[in-house]
Amino acid sequence: MSRARASELAPPNAAPRLDLAGLKGEFPIFEAQGPRFHYLDNAATGQICRAAAAALVDFETRARANVKRGVYRLADEATQAFEEARARIAAYLGAREAREVVITSGTTHALNIAAHTLCARLRPGDEILLSLAEHHANIVPWQLAAARVGAVIRAIPLDAEARLDLDRLTDLVSRKTKVIAVTHCSNVTGALTDLGRIREAAQAVGALFVVDGAQRAPHGPLDVQAMGCDLYALSGHKLFGATGAGALWIRAELAEELPPFLGGGEMIRRVTIERTSFAPAPHRFEAGTPPIGPALAMGAAAAWLAGLDWQAIHAHELALTERLLAGLRAIRGVRPIGPEGLQARAPLVSFVVEGVHPHDVCQLLDMRGVCTRGGHHCAQPLHEALGLEASVRASIALYNEAEDVDALLEGLEDVVRRLA
Amino acid sequence: MSAELYDRAIVETAKASAEAQRLSAPDVTVEEDNPLCGDRIALDLAMADGRIAAVGHRTRGCLLTRAAAVVLARRAPGADPAELRSAIASLRDLLEGRNGPPAWPELSMFEPVRAVRSRHDCVLLPFRALEEALDRLEER
Repeated sequence: MSRARASELAPPNAAPRLDLAGLKGEFPIFEAQGPRFHYLDNAATGQICRAAAAALVDFETRARANVKRGVYRLADEATQAFEEARARIAAYLGAREAREVVITSGTTHALNIAAHTLCARLRPGDEILLSLAEHHANIVPWQLAAARVGAVIRAIPLDAEARLDLDRLTDLVSRKTKVIAVTHCSNVTGALTDLGRIREAAQAVGALFVVDGAQRAPHGPLDVQAMGCDLYALSGHKLFGATGAGALWIRAELAEELPPFLGGGEMIRRVTIERTSFAPAPHRFEAGTPPIGPALAMGAAAAWLAGLDWQAIHAHELALTERLLAGLRAIRGVRPIGPEGLQARAPLVSFVVEGVHPHDVCQLLDMRGVCTRGGHHCAQPLHEALGLEASVRASIALYNEAEDVDALLEGLEDVVRRLA
Repeated sequence: MSAELYDRAIVETAKASAEAQRLSAPDVTVEEDNPLCGDRIALDLAMADGRIAAVGHRTRGCLLTRAAAVVLARRAPGADPAELRSAIASLRDLLEGRNGPPAWPELSMFEPVRAVRSRHDCVLLPFRALEEALDRLEER
């Protein structure tokens, strides 16, 4: 298995061979939808792989029981399977220990846990540094938590390519900065964040470092230890698992110091009517019945993904991105936004069609079986910073083919003919 | 089905939204957003003798939203609040496939939207603004 880091998402020198037909065959939806199905909305959700679907169905139909409760055989097996899924996700993340992984309902839930539990340590006037490129899921939880303690939100602006302008870190980071929370990969521009520079800035002032990894995680195994962050959030459904599960990695030493977010269920050690003591991490962050089936699916997807040839997949994804960028630039009135090249970017591209609303673009593309996303992509501050209200996004995954990109480009030419 | 959303009537009607003006002295102004895409309408109503005397708007949105705003601005003047609420209800019925023809014949152009549930809010945005404006007028 090749362990991928952000730097490995650079353009390849030579494209290794990839068995694309075999890879695509691992995703049942393509057989179900037929040939006129060009799914380019992977940043919203990836399609489920066979390994994940099998794990979900097997649990729900053959082996279903609640976890961490019963002592009968089925319950014990469910608990073991759940913990095995946790370990598989931990391995995909490059975590030191499985207990560093909290099972959540998704990235949004994970970031809400992060914001709530970290802000409990803050005082009025402390600062939380975000960026203008964040998904709302990495803005709103911090706003809510900051308001409770009187903390102040600040934001890293964008540079000319809509990347985080890290030259501004020296102005923005001070002893007041207690948390820095940024995206690993923009869900609008595909720009990868230089986490190393942010880690240095955070460590210089003792701030905790939170990373929203929702968009980076589907593009190869990670190494959270090398990143030097303290918390890392991701979604199972974007990782080709089922909807309903995600994870929050919390560095082990930190997790034991943090208070829980939600209460109830197996997150306790002892409850009296007056007070409660809490279970150790990760269980203290897993109130109530967790999303067991989706977690098993996420674990199965992570294990399957970890065994793939990521050098070949990166080359494939970036070749498609290059084809897409070149094709978009060749259509009059179509303007890609974000980084111009392939350096430090994930395979997703957003663009505008001058004079045509993104929803109208997406609706007409749908006529050709091309699935894209139009709107602000839950990133209104980023769009505002770019002087836009909305954009169209095409996001590529490991199973996409040149035909998908070409169908999109042909559809856009038709959109321009009809409406621009 | 998607192609029908972009027939000549909708496209031509939507184009007219570029000529829309705001009112200089409205009795009520409402701003309404579509949270899905950030589309927005600012709708002004001026009243006289219990009826709509003038409608102004600025609409930032897709073809469906803009076409709906244009229909509203053309048909609302002269109507009283009860007639307008009836038109709003008839548009909802049209989108849900209920009852007979809409209160305003032009609303029939939105029939193809019925099958595309994710776009109902696009058509309804100006009418949600109208509903809010009428509520505010009644509260006075």
